[in-house]
Amino acid sequence: MKIVAVCGAGVGTSGILKVNAERALARLDIEADVTASDVASLATTAADAQVILTSPELVDKIPPTWADIVVVQNYVDMAEIEQKLFDALG
Amino acid sequence: MPLPPLTEASVRLGVPAATWRDAVRAAGDVLIAAGSVGVTYTQRMIDVIEEFGAYVVIAPGLALAHARPGEDVLADGLSLVTLAEPVSFGHAHNDPVSVVIGLAVTTADAHVTGIADLANAFNDPELVPALSAAATPSDAIALVLHSTSRGVS
Repeated sequence: MKIVAVCGAGVGTSGILKVNAERALARLDIEADVTASDVASLATTAADAQVILTSPELVDKIPPTWADIVVVQNYVDMAEIEQKLFDALG
Repeated sequence: MPLPPLTEASVRLGVPAATWRDAVRAAGDVLIAAGSVGVTYTQRMIDVIEEFGAYVVIAPGLALAHARPGEDVLADGLSLVTLAEPVSFGHAHNDPVSVVIGLAVTTADAHVTGIADLANAFNDPELVPALSAAATPSDAIALVLHSTSRGVS
């Protein structure tokens, strides 16, 4: 299972999403590899991903993909992230 | 190496900002004054938002202004600015913004956990209003540290 957390610059915000997704997956007892990426390299980094995590502001910038796109509004709300990952993967 | 800690010099309270650009500039000014970044970094933080939109508003009332590593990033740096009046960044859910964190990193992989721990302090919904009311930089730092211990896990 591969999950890609996406932001514009590939640092900072995607890093927060990555760490919080890993914490949520641990709580859900789901094994997955979470990678942070910027939008520009997404075509490569998400080629074999099952899930892309991103912001509502960036959805339009994501190229066509087989992955499920999970939109997170509040990057620090663990309850939101856990629920959305559960809905996508559970 | 952990993220550099917030210091009194890296915190500015009640900064007037008419627009989101002013708010980002205030966060950049602190990074410049600390010697963390060159003057071009502030414009690069603005460019990220102009290109990708207001996704940097990662939680209600909180923007994480940042750009990629580059030659103008001299050292990892962190700043925290509270605004005299909240401003809109154009985010559908998390506007208006009253706290801006400025972040500069020398490498893309550095400090991911530290940045998340800092951001997760804002999982405490009382932190943004409390920071807006903070009287001194040391009060603001104490509020962040208090919420950091509550925000993670």
